[in-house]
Amino acid sequence: MKKTYQLDTLTCPSCTMKLEGMLKKTEGVEEFEVFFNTSKIKLEFDETKIDSETIKNKINRLGFEVLKEK
Amino acid sequence: MPKITKKQKMIVGTVLVVISFILKETLSYAPITIVFMLATTLVAGVSIFKNAFEALKYKILGIDALVSIAVIGALFIGEYWEGAAVTYLFMIGDYLESRTIEKTRSSIKALLNLAPDIARVIRDGEEVLVDPEDVLKGETIIVKPGEKISVDGTVIEGSAYVNQAAITGESLPINAFGDREVFSGTILESGYLKIRADKVGDDTTFARILEMVEEAQDKKAKTQKFLEKFSRYYTPGIIVLAILLYVFTRDLVLSLTLLVIACPGALVISTPVSIVAGIGNGAKHGVLIKGGEIMEKLGQVKVLAFDKTGTLTIGKPVVTEVVSITADENEILRIAAIGESYSEHPIGRAIINHAKMTLGEIKGELKDASIITGQGIKADIEGEIYLLGNRKLFIENGYDLSEVEDILQREENKGQTAILIGLNMKIMGIIAIADKVRDDAKVLIKNLRNLGIKKIVMLTGDNKRVAKAISEELGIDEFYAELLPEDKVRVILQLQEEFGKAAMVGDGVNDAPALASAELGIAIGGAGKDVAMETADVVLMSEDLSKLSHAIGLSRGTVRNMKQNIYFAIGVAVLLLMGVLVKTVNLSFGMLVHEMSVLLVIINAVRLLNYGEKTKSRA
Repeated sequence: MKKTYQLDTLTCPSCTMKLEGMLKKTEGVEEFEVFFNTSKIKLEFDETKIDSETIKNKINRLGFEVLKEK
Repeated sequence: MPKITKKQKMIVGTVLVVISFILKETLSYAPITIVFMLATTLVAGVSIFKNAFEALKYKILGIDALVSIAVIGALFIGEYWEGAAVTYLFMIGDYLESRTIEKTRSSIKALLNLAPDIARVIRDGEEVLVDPEDVLKGETIIVKPGEKISVDGTVIEGSAYVNQAAITGESLPINAFGDREVFSGTILESGYLKIRADKVGDDTTFARILEMVEEAQDKKAKTQKFLEKFSRYYTPGIIVLAILLYVFTRDLVLSLTLLVIACPGALVISTPVSIVAGIGNGAKHGVLIKGGEIMEKLGQVKVLAFDKTGTLTIGKPVVTEVVSITADENEILRIAAIGESYSEHPIGRAIINHAKMTLGEIKGELKDASIITGQGIKADIEGEIYLLGNRKLFIENGYDLSEVEDILQREENKGQTAILIGLNMKIMGIIAIADKVRDDAKVLIKNLRNLGIKKIVMLTGDNKRVAKAISEELGIDEFYAELLPEDKVRVILQLQEEFGKAAMVGDGVNDAPALASAELGIAIGGAGKDVAMETADVVLMSEDLSKLSHAIGLSRGTVRNMKQNIYFAIGVAVLLLMGVLVKTVNLSFGMLVHEMSVLLVIINAVRLLNYGEKTKSRA
């Protein structure tokens, strides 16, 4: 499944590094891209392994709010 | 858990830090003072600690880790005020940064807001309002004053003034009527239009521009990639350094201060903020620059190669002169127009259009015609056999051209194509045709030189004499004539080898391969031309050539802005480091300066958003 999350403003490029590090280690997330300037995450995940809520929680725990998803 | 907004946290934090400060000044370090200082640290610091901890789980040491260690250390040695001040400053800095960073991204947001939100479509003979995404190809939509056009389409009825700023960055409205192409996202200012939807939803030019601009912002510049790699090793490096410093000096405060001032915040943000502001400015002016790396390249370009037809010239040949020899001008035109009546050649169309304009309806009939490729036409009109075409045609048919040779050469030296009309071995007249040079081309070449472009060349498939005339008129350094599309590729590669960074400028019609193979391809008049929009690295939406100087000036400005930011960030870091080593900079002051430097870097980038506003009124 493909999803795009709109986060609240990412202010430091190291935030994207954190998100990338987390996504890389999250099982079920197959492909992802973190956009610093648009503060967006585009990703593809395996629905049998993980759901959107879990991913959003993980993002949240790193200190980023998910404003919208698509 | 109840949600506490950033703003609420800020207010509470500010109140606490002020109380702590007053208590510190009046009561000094009484227990109550320490309680308030700890409370401040907690309110401002919790999210920093949490973020640092979470990131650590994924083996990432970020700025918040540095700050966390410093704060915990400060509390450990009883520097409660320092701990409170540092966390508070970090929080407020972060808040202000996100607000100002938003600003650098504002032009792109503004663009997003231009997206059409509703479409008035005719279904079963009735007007219904639907989501623009739901309009089907081929359906008819109606647009009224003040409304946005919601599809890319062709006007089938009505006439209107349309503001195309969303696409071309041009604020003067254009007049749209029968058969004209109109774009989604543009606004109908006055009038009324019925439009056939040719492209809808994500296929529209506007939707594609949005997507490309969005992607472009995150295509990193080389400098940016380098800085990110750098900071990846830098942060752990600083921690090691701080530990070493402690081991050797036994001065915990000193090593904690080092942790805080060494945050690479300003440095890593320096490039992306400049780039995003630059790309945003471009988007606002109808200049699509596809990413940071391209912005950097464009900013360093030294050589520009222009395609002639459609780029420096309008691309539509017109009749510029009719020279009468044995027949009068009207007769020459009439015969030529009849002779060309089946021709699809642009030159034929030019003659017919001109004849219709000067003569009105063309009387006469073409009985028979044979086309001689590369030469012209033999036409049977009213029982006479006329010849229409170039020198070659007439020489092969035994005509004597010595009398008109002067005229032919004169026209060709002016950059015109000369078409002869003859009957019974006599030349009746000559029609001169030219693809007009764009009005703004000359100014453009001059502006480009002022911007520091060292060499400007022209590539064309036309003959040498025409190429020479045009390049002399415009003040172009060099021209390459009689080129086939694949030759253009060869020339551009050769230029790159010889002079370094070269950009190819074309309209994407017959120069798409050259645009694609150039290190930097710039397409003009990109709106509505899919191939050009895809292949080029920089797309100028409108045909307005002044946008090219804007694009180049902007990219140079962006590169300059980026450099200012980098030098400034490094300068501040060095000064702070020296300050720490001679012990004039303490923990909270170091934090303050660091946060200020980040803000200044962002504010410097915001300036780019206004690039070109002043020059615009002059142009």
